[in-house]
Amino acid sequence: MIYQPDFTDIVANVDLLARGAWLTLSLWAIAYAFGLAAGLVLGMVRTAGQPLMAWPAAAYVEVFRNTPVLVQLVWFYYAFPVLTGLQMSAFTAAALGLCLNTSAYCAEIFRGGIRSIDAGQWEAGRALGMTYGALMRRVVLPQAVRRMVPAFTNRGIELGKMTAIASVIAVHELMYEARLLSANTYRPLEVFTVIAVIYFVVIYPGTLLSYRLEARLGRRG
Amino acid sequence: MTGAAILRTEGLHKRFGDLHVLRGIDLRVAEGERIAILGSSGSGKSTLLRCLNFMELPSAGRVFFHDRPVGTEETRGGATAVRYRERDLAALRRRVGMVFQSFNLFPHMTALENVMEGPLTVLRRGRGEAAAAARRQLARVGLEDRADEYPARLSGGQQQRVAIARALAMEPEVMLFDEPTSSLDPELVGEVLGVIKALAEEGRTMLLVTHELGFAYHVASRVLFLHEGRILEEGPPERLMKAPREERLRTFLARFSEFSF
Repeated sequence: MIYQPDFTDIVANVDLLARGAWLTLSLWAIAYAFGLAAGLVLGMVRTAGQPLMAWPAAAYVEVFRNTPVLVQLVWFYYAFPVLTGLQMSAFTAAALGLCLNTSAYCAEIFRGGIRSIDAGQWEAGRALGMTYGALMRRVVLPQAVRRMVPAFTNRGIELGKMTAIASVIAVHELMYEARLLSANTYRPLEVFTVIAVIYFVVIYPGTLLSYRLEARLGRRG
Repeated sequence: MTGAAILRTEGLHKRFGDLHVLRGIDLRVAEGERIAILGSSGSGKSTLLRCLNFMELPSAGRVFFHDRPVGTEETRGGATAVRYRERDLAALRRRVGMVFQSFNLFPHMTALENVMEGPLTVLRRGRGEAAAAARRQLARVGLEDRADEYPARLSGGQQQRVAIARALAMEPEVMLFDEPTSSLDPELVGEVLGVIKALAEEGRTMLLVTHELGFAYHVASRVLFLHEGRILEEGPPERLMKAPREERLRTFLARFSEFSF
């Protein structure tokens, strides 16, 4: 007998999936924005040549890069309250874990990008009397970011998919809704196929956007 | 000696780990002087130049700018050390221009934007004013028609001329040239030297580390010969280069004339 796909249950529950997709998108946007901003700060701290500041930043990066993100989310949701008595919502715990994890990876991208800029660029700026901040903003970062775009795209795609882990601590994002729907309807094939398509539709435009950004930055200079 | 001292060093030493590059340099740069610094590689001539605008921090000794010592002496636990604050150094560098062997133009900016950058972000000039001044500087080095090109589209000689314009745009009191033609193809050396010569004729104060002995001879008002981190001999170019007293300098000059024709 050939399996007869049936999408009626999915169509009936499309609002659940839409809500899930919205939460996925929210987690993604929050963690990416935070990760880029905090990663920039951490990356600058690690390259500024102040050991007292660079060391804690390095420790932070290594802790979050060398432990599974799954463990991090679960830790913030179940262990953190034991330690502090503060119970955060599943969404907050997931967002926090993804933010910190992403910032650690972005810090490494920024660090590598900043260090890839030739020492002569620093010297030329300093010889003009530019301060560290002005040099970073006007000379180093504009050149470094250009080289970093592909790496950031990669990180963004990874993060988009990583949000599915939040389903483990019952954040009602796309993956969680899918598992619920699949369990209730006994239609795993239809449900998880549709979910995969939705992930693709959500994530791929971001990738396209970054290609365009790359091309635009590449045209100058 | 003529004119007030713009820059002066007293007992300047520079060490890189075990390497003792400068071993006590006393130098006085008066207004309007054009000083050529000669020496074989490793003699410390570039390091000396780079200590004058603190691209390298001196290991010992002091640098004076208009007779004011740069950096503050601090005594901690009985030992006295000179502390150089980044802010003070930036203030000095605004008034001392530098041109590098490898140009170091900002590749993401056009020639015009490169020249505007200092006035714009350091002197906080307005965009229009900075652009107009930058065009004047580019015209001065003969590149007004290349203003909108990115460095990658300019020849080495053109890039170095833009770099000179970039330094001039800060209206510095002294210019430091660190082997400005050493990474250029021989046929491009002339255009850069021409620009530097024109600046010399305007009476601009400058120090020039170079291997172009002929240029040093014709343009410098004083020549220093560095050897193993010390000024071994100095004097006006005619005297120093035609009648050198030190054996080391004689050998150094002889090596350059070996293949002349």
